[in-house]
Amino acid sequence: MIAEFGHFALIITLCLSVLLSVVPLWGAWRGNVVAMSLAPSLAIGLLVFAGISFACLATVFLQDDFSVAVVAANSNSLLPSIYKFSAVWGNHEGSLLLWILILCVWMAAVALFSSQLPLLMLSRVLAVMGVVAVGFISFSLFTSNPFARLLPGTPADGQDLNPLLQDPGLIIHPPLLYMGYVGFSVAFAFAIAALLGGRLDASWARWSRPWTNVAWAFLTLGIMLGSWWAYYELGWGGWWFWDPVENASFMPWLAGTALVHSLAATEKRGLFKSWTVLLAIFAFSLSLLGTFLVRSGVLTSVHAFATDPARGLFILVFLAFVVGGSLTLYALRAPAVSSRVSFAWLSRESLLLFNNVVFLVSTLTVLFGTLFPLIMDALGQGKYSVGPPYFNAVFVPLMAVLIPFMGIGPVSRWKGDSAARWRAELMLPAIAAIICGVTVPLLHGGEYNVWVALAVVLAAWLLFGLARDVWYRIRGASSLARGWRRLTPSYCGMVIAHLGFAAAVVGVVATSQYNIEHDLKMQPGDTEVIAGYSFTFTEVAQVRGPNFVADEARFDVYENGRLLTRLAPQKRRYLASGQVMTEAAIDDGLWRDLFVAMGEPIGNEGAWAIRLHYKPMVRWMWLGAIMMALGGFATVADKRYRQRKAVRTPAEEGVSGAAA
Amino acid sequence: MQRLKLFLPLALFAILALLLFRGLELDPREMPSALIDKPLPEFSLPRLGSDSGIARVDVVGEVALFNVWATWCVSCRVEHPYLQQLAENGVPIYGVNYKDDDAAAIQWLQDLGDPYRANIVDAQGSLGLDLGVYGAPETYFVDASGVIRYRHVGVIDERVWQSRLEPIYRELTQEAQQ
Amino acid sequence: MKIAGFSQALLFVGCLLMAAVASAVIETYEFSSPELQQRYQLLSAELRCPKCQNQNIADSNAPIAQDLRKLLYEQLEAGASNDEILDYMVSRYGEFVRYRPAFDSSTAVLWLAPVLLFIAALVVLFLSLRQRKESGSAGQVELSGEEQQQLQQMLSRSEQDR
Repeated sequence: MIAEFGHFALIITLCLSVLLSVVPLWGAWRGNVVAMSLAPSLAIGLLVFAGISFACLATVFLQDDFSVAVVAANSNSLLPSIYKFSAVWGNHEGSLLLWILILCVWMAAVALFSSQLPLLMLSRVLAVMGVVAVGFISFSLFTSNPFARLLPGTPADGQDLNPLLQDPGLIIHPPLLYMGYVGFSVAFAFAIAALLGGRLDASWARWSRPWTNVAWAFLTLGIMLGSWWAYYELGWGGWWFWDPVENASFMPWLAGTALVHSLAATEKRGLFKSWTVLLAIFAFSLSLLGTFLVRSGVLTSVHAFATDPARGLFILVFLAFVVGGSLTLYALRAPAVSSRVSFAWLSRESLLLFNNVVFLVSTLTVLFGTLFPLIMDALGQGKYSVGPPYFNAVFVPLMAVLIPFMGIGPVSRWKGDSAARWRAELMLPAIAAIICGVTVPLLHGGEYNVWVALAVVLAAWLLFGLARDVWYRIRGASSLARGWRRLTPSYCGMVIAHLGFAAAVVGVVATSQYNIEHDLKMQPGDTEVIAGYSFTFTEVAQVRGPNFVADEARFDVYENGRLLTRLAPQKRRYLASGQVMTEAAIDDGLWRDLFVAMGEPIGNEGAWAIRLHYKPMVRWMWLGAIMMALGGFATVADKRYRQRKAVRTPAEEGVSGAAA
Repeated sequence: MQRLKLFLPLALFAILALLLFRGLELDPREMPSALIDKPLPEFSLPRLGSDSGIARVDVVGEVALFNVWATWCVSCRVEHPYLQQLAENGVPIYGVNYKDDDAAAIQWLQDLGDPYRANIVDAQGSLGLDLGVYGAPETYFVDASGVIRYRHVGVIDERVWQSRLEPIYRELTQEAQQ
Repeated sequence: MKIAGFSQALLFVGCLLMAAVASAVIETYEFSSPELQQRYQLLSAELRCPKCQNQNIADSNAPIAQDLRKLLYEQLEAGASNDEILDYMVSRYGEFVRYRPAFDSSTAVLWLAPVLLFIAALVVLFLSLRQRKESGSAGQVELSGEEQQQLQQMLSRSEQDR
């Protein structure tokens, strides 16, 4: 009954979204205020019914209703309740419903927080998002109905959730990731609305920016959580594989980063409007492309959902319509002539453009590498694989090229600046960075690592450059408190985000270069030493979990003779599916992680294959990502976005006559 | 001219969409053998159920199928009856008993029937490695001069044989007769 | 995220000894030198498991991955160079088995694309900025004769309105 109720709610959601795509757009075209003002109400209504539908699906999961097909395929009566809930999105159909719900959340947010947006603009923005919603809800209802029943022949129990997904990571990673993916639809909708309205000005950029920054921040968190989850869950300490599905989330992030920076120039100086609109379309198109890649079976991936070319075709047609349509609109309506505003070769505008160049090239490189096997196959040239060795080789140099300019950016002036001024401001940070970079690897001991030195130089360059700039801004004030208040949330956000990037760079390079991995056979009583840490294998015990049994290997870890901690990795066998899984034990720390995992038992004397990892500074990567996200969120608090409903000119109201 | 440049993204997208459309028809997991149009690898291994060995020279000379199978492979069990049928219709099939146990294999063939001209015991998987085998069952089509011409991965049944494999077999035998 | 579809596909393509889909794979080979062990780690990450869904042979516990790891170990100990080992694998399993594509006429475009794209982007940037400067530095906007007339008309009208 509940499943049917949820199904019905989803159908209503489809009807509402059809209304939302059509009526306000017509209203905007005709200048009909009533039609236009329907948009916010429809958006809220969409959220209500999507919420009901989602709640119904969650309920059937929690109630163990195995007559519903997705519950039978992905859940089990022994599954802990929290995982019964997250199993809702641990499958194709349910995750699609989550996508739809989150789209409705964003639509409602736009409807609620846009008091300073002219109704003409708001109605168009919501209508465009409505079109996207129609596509996804249709996809769900017509090809991937989560409420489909398994009647007759209801199984007594479910096939259980894949053990890899029975983890807190599944609870937060997809929702946050989708908040980011879907969030770019807002920037996209603003871009389309601006093209439709024929008014591409700086105020469009000002409205878009907070939404874009928040979506970008969520996507940063989502990707970071995916990486962290893979690290501790998969059992071999890897954190990024350049897998097609991972790339599908990384490409919108790269394009989104370019967009975030381009919007800054458009807002402040009214420049690059056409280019920024194109970037907004590009970022969301990559989100949609990601959806296609993950669910169509076109590329092989461990992360892919149940693949079905028929579903793939539906998404492709939708993709063609949305992206093709928006690019056509862009070609027809974007200003062909660039603004007359000019700037010098050395200026903040140029640096932002360089940022765009690097991130655009990165995005295209990742896209090309991901699609290369498909291209070669389609051309009949054979089967190829493109993996981490390729992506690391091409991506790292691009980032390395970016960072020197990234240090100059925050310090640079709009419109025109001089090399002499840059030299004066940044000489000290540059010297400090070089000293830092050259000496820090010595602290680690062992062989001197040039790559780490380079990474530290670059990261320190960012750090010292920003520190100097912050100091410079504060010092003029009468007191420290006054000084801090001079820093706008927007500026603070930028500082935190850039520092986060620096931290992530250091983390990635340090962990790649300094990590030590020992795979060996160990018996209870054996000890192995890595990087000054002594791991003693004490015993193996049998333990029982809520839905699994496990062999647990217990380790005592000593540092300098003192007992540091006890680690207990497990080899689990899940009762419902029979699947065997390794659960690694990690002692995490800011400066290093100690990682122990079990392989197979060897022989009959209780020996096991054991993996011991020493991973220095691996957390810096994720902490850096969290800082980047925090920076993104912080920018939204800026005063200029919180202006009360301003006095509007009649022109802005767009009430009178043709406003196309 | 300026306006025309703005159509460039759309054009690029159109190409991408075509590529993806073509991609829907392709199977990324399908892997053609790297040994197509290359000679069957040299080998000299034990013969199942006999003290004498079997080598490459013993099995080349006519168009034949080389079926990689094992008793632990469930799909091989599924395809076995059809292989029996093919053998009765005169198709020469050699077996490559891949990483298996001799006694179990002999028992299996006794219970279910033996469609094979001879069985090559590849206990270590060395021949499998040279062939590029990655999972049983696999079947290699070798022509009369000992060159591998096609590899089928997975179960052979009526539908697969009629639609895809029989034409290949026929072509190879016709070629051999010339 | 793996689901039931994966195991069905697996059954069709081949059979596995164990249903162990997600165990850590830990090989306990003893190497005669640390340099060989490093090369083993490098190559086992570069070689793709032919039957898995996008995993290298280091991370996969499929039987074929185990076989290939053993083969890799043996070849390293026997003194083969990295290139020789890769050629050996490719001649049996095809280019598919390399995660780092070779640099040849077919894959040149892949390896050169990033650099070429970067240069192309910089060139486009340079050209469009220069064009912007030229049109900007043209100074005042030139009006055509007709536009001049319109301007005069508008100015005189507004003077009348005042």
